[in-house]
Amino acid sequence: MVFPGSNCEHDVVHALQLLGADAEIVWHRETDLAGIDAVVLPGGFAHGDALRTGAIARFSPVMETVKAMAESGAPVLGICNGFQILCEAGLLSGALIANRDLAFICRMVEVEVIDTNTVLTAAATVGQRLRIPLNSYEGNWVDPSETGRHVIRYTDDPNGSQHQAAAVANSAGNVVGIMPHPERATEALLGSEDGRVLLEGFLGSVSANV
Amino acid sequence: MSEEAVHRALGMTDAEYDSLLAILGRDPRPAELAMYSVMWSEHCSYKSSRNHLSRFPSEAPWVVVGPGENAGVVDLGDGWLAALRIESHNHPSFVEPYQGAATGVGGILRDVFTMGARPIALWDQIRFGPLDIPKNRYLFAGVVAGIAGYGNAVGVPTVGGEIAFDPCYSGNPLVNVMCLGVMKREQLVLGTAGEAGSIAVLLGKPTGRDGIGGASVLASASFDEESGTKRPSVQVGDPFEEKKLIEACLELYEKGLVVGVQDLGAAGLSCATSEPAARAGMGMDVDLDAVHVRESGMTAPELLMSESQERMMAFVAPEQVEAVLSVAERWEIDARVVGKVTSGDILRIRHDGELVAEVPAASLTESAPRYDRPISQPEWLEETWNNVLDHSEAPDVALTILRLLDDPSIASAEWAYQQYDHMLFLNTVVGPGGDGTLLRLKGTDKGLAVSTDGNGRLCLLDPFRGGERLVYEAALNVAVTGANPMALVDNLNFGNPEKPEVMWQFRQCIEGISAACEHLGVPVVGGNVSFYNETDGIDIHPTPVVGLLGKAEPIPLRPPRIDAATDDMELWLFGPDVIDLAGSSFEWVLHGHLGGRPTAADPSVASAVLDLAIRLAGSGMTPVLHDISDGGLAVAVAEVCIRSGVGAELEVSDWRDLFSEAPHRMIAGVLPANAESIQSLAQDAGVTATKLGTFGGEHIEIRTPDGEHVVALATATSTYHDAIPRRMG
Repeated sequence: MVFPGSNCEHDVVHALQLLGADAEIVWHRETDLAGIDAVVLPGGFAHGDALRTGAIARFSPVMETVKAMAESGAPVLGICNGFQILCEAGLLSGALIANRDLAFICRMVEVEVIDTNTVLTAAATVGQRLRIPLNSYEGNWVDPSETGRHVIRYTDDPNGSQHQAAAVANSAGNVVGIMPHPERATEALLGSEDGRVLLEGFLGSVSANV
Repeated sequence: MSEEAVHRALGMTDAEYDSLLAILGRDPRPAELAMYSVMWSEHCSYKSSRNHLSRFPSEAPWVVVGPGENAGVVDLGDGWLAALRIESHNHPSFVEPYQGAATGVGGILRDVFTMGARPIALWDQIRFGPLDIPKNRYLFAGVVAGIAGYGNAVGVPTVGGEIAFDPCYSGNPLVNVMCLGVMKREQLVLGTAGEAGSIAVLLGKPTGRDGIGGASVLASASFDEESGTKRPSVQVGDPFEEKKLIEACLELYEKGLVVGVQDLGAAGLSCATSEPAARAGMGMDVDLDAVHVRESGMTAPELLMSESQERMMAFVAPEQVEAVLSVAERWEIDARVVGKVTSGDILRIRHDGELVAEVPAASLTESAPRYDRPISQPEWLEETWNNVLDHSEAPDVALTILRLLDDPSIASAEWAYQQYDHMLFLNTVVGPGGDGTLLRLKGTDKGLAVSTDGNGRLCLLDPFRGGERLVYEAALNVAVTGANPMALVDNLNFGNPEKPEVMWQFRQCIEGISAACEHLGVPVVGGNVSFYNETDGIDIHPTPVVGLLGKAEPIPLRPPRIDAATDDMELWLFGPDVIDLAGSSFEWVLHGHLGGRPTAADPSVASAVLDLAIRLAGSGMTPVLHDISDGGLAVAVAEVCIRSGVGAELEVSDWRDLFSEAPHRMIAGVLPANAESIQSLAQDAGVTATKLGTFGGEHIEIRTPDGEHVVALATATSTYHDAIPRRMG
């Protein structure tokens, strides 16, 4: 899914292809996603973060179809800005606000998998620690309703996120939002391959769902 | 205001006005006067520098586009080209740091994607006055936020750069930014208007009253206490519009829909019409009523001078106009047909149905005044050379190291670069915080390395030697990642060119940079000049900044890193044993001393060390390879220890060896099993190799003839990391 202002779409496609998947970029005005089994909403600044992150993107034509797919159980993953859009669209609980220290954070962080019953964490093990780059300003997840399932947590507390949540899932586990970027951690040359287990799990869920 | 006062208010001298009268043979219309005032400004015309810039060597077989276009372009082989460019936004950033820096980023990106390339990385070189002055903290924080705010949102990673502080930049910060783009050869586009009949399509944001006269009023004049009133001349950036503009333009190039493209930066529409027409040897009819505007009632001079951001002018064959407009619509950007290229050489501009300008297009560019400004060596120079600091007494070495690590110009710049997305596009192999940046070029086995370097103190003490050493330092930074230097861009930040001493510094720096480039066979493919960096009559140190691109082929699988030392490694020094403390951080930070004459570069030693660095980096036998620069050997070792989380033990024969900033030197972390092979590589290259000690432990322990000096790694680490955050509060 690409909105005007998205910028991680090529990276996601690169990483998924590296893992053997067929991936294509779909423009936000599309409504027909026939033939597509799973959706990734990439990071970036959809619609320039106007109003609030994800606030405009949730109204993009493609989101109706994404919602329908999510309800039918298809795997849907939002990374960074994609996570923010899923929250705005009501597919995930909670909202993402500015980091505790009010500064953009771009660095490698360590996270721990705490729940493997989701499309993103299916191939990981509980307690598994992963090094994945974080890259966001609004990465601080708040969920006053306490209904969101936090499935991956930061081992330190970079941004003030509730329960130190780095990734959150819906109750069915087929919709997941993650703040760090697993697609930035799939090659040793770039410093970490720890994102593979997440994306491989996601791709595995896709084949399982088809 | 009287008639002649108008041209002065627009920054034009009486003599320049007279030559305009001679070109036109009549009084200029208001819109014409506006156009000439911006196009003939120092910023756009390079009138004081042009005669000197031709000194730079700019040719090599791999140069595809040299200086004079929007960006330089070099051939990377296998059908790939790289476009690179560096620009300054010094004056706007002083007036409004966030927007000044943000629009600097926006402008440099346009320069690069105008050529057909996708911008893949940015480097910022920023310099401020000391952080104990609140205004400097405000400027530093604002500039970093502006770079982050724009760069992150536009989706181009900021992967490196330089941060330095010196009192000379207190009233005049330097904000330079370099951009690298890549493209397939067939996507190359030039800034030409094409043939008669081509249609000019203005793409991007509506034109407003922002940035009117930015090039002439801000960028080409000095500051005084009234500078705050110049704020309306600063443009406002919108990275979201720019992101859409990038994607739309890249699609236009991919589909081969445009003949030429010119971005709208300094001098706005005046430049984007006259330059492409002049390059094509054509004229153009322009209709200002067709320009999409943000506010009503704008006059023709305002429309022509506006520096509203995120705009591009595309030149399109008539039959492709529909296709171009539909690409623009898909990316949700505005596009309007505003003109038509004509045979002949006259630029005709209409507004409200009336002719507001009718001038030879080339007269705006090629007939711009050129000045051979007087040059003379500063009288104080020799006295400064003789003002040598007495080093007969050894300092407290441990304390000195900590003082240097606490200097914000040496300390960790993480506070800034953690705010920049430096990983987007999955190319960053060696990112910020080390020597050169190393990027991979996906789909090939090539690596692209870049280093940007400046050193105001060195260039003040000896502008020739300073300029020369900058190039060799950048080359070594690139070489330690395994890359061969291949092209250079420069950003020449200087004081008031009307002072003969400033022009002498300028000329000497150019000579020094040129000498080193000629020796290395590195062409200068573009640059930028920023004069009038003075406040209240005091000039900044001459501060040329070079940006050097290198290519590693194949890219090393395990390139050396600054953070890869382990406790089983030996510590080696490569390069000549020369003591040079003139202009060093040691003398400046510890003693507030700036005097003596820096050592000259040694070209043959430089080449030998560069060759060795490239071999070592490619061999995988030096997990750590780090250039020695600010703070000398002691700081270089401390940086490796801090970043790797391991101590070191070493011995030198003279304490001054620890702080010498003599050029062409680097340290390495080496596994004992490889020590012998490495020694023989060094011997073959003709480079002195010295084993200084070993890594390991939790202290940095240094033995000199004066005794043993110990710094706890934990103390060094916290000092290095806290230096900037502690001052920023």
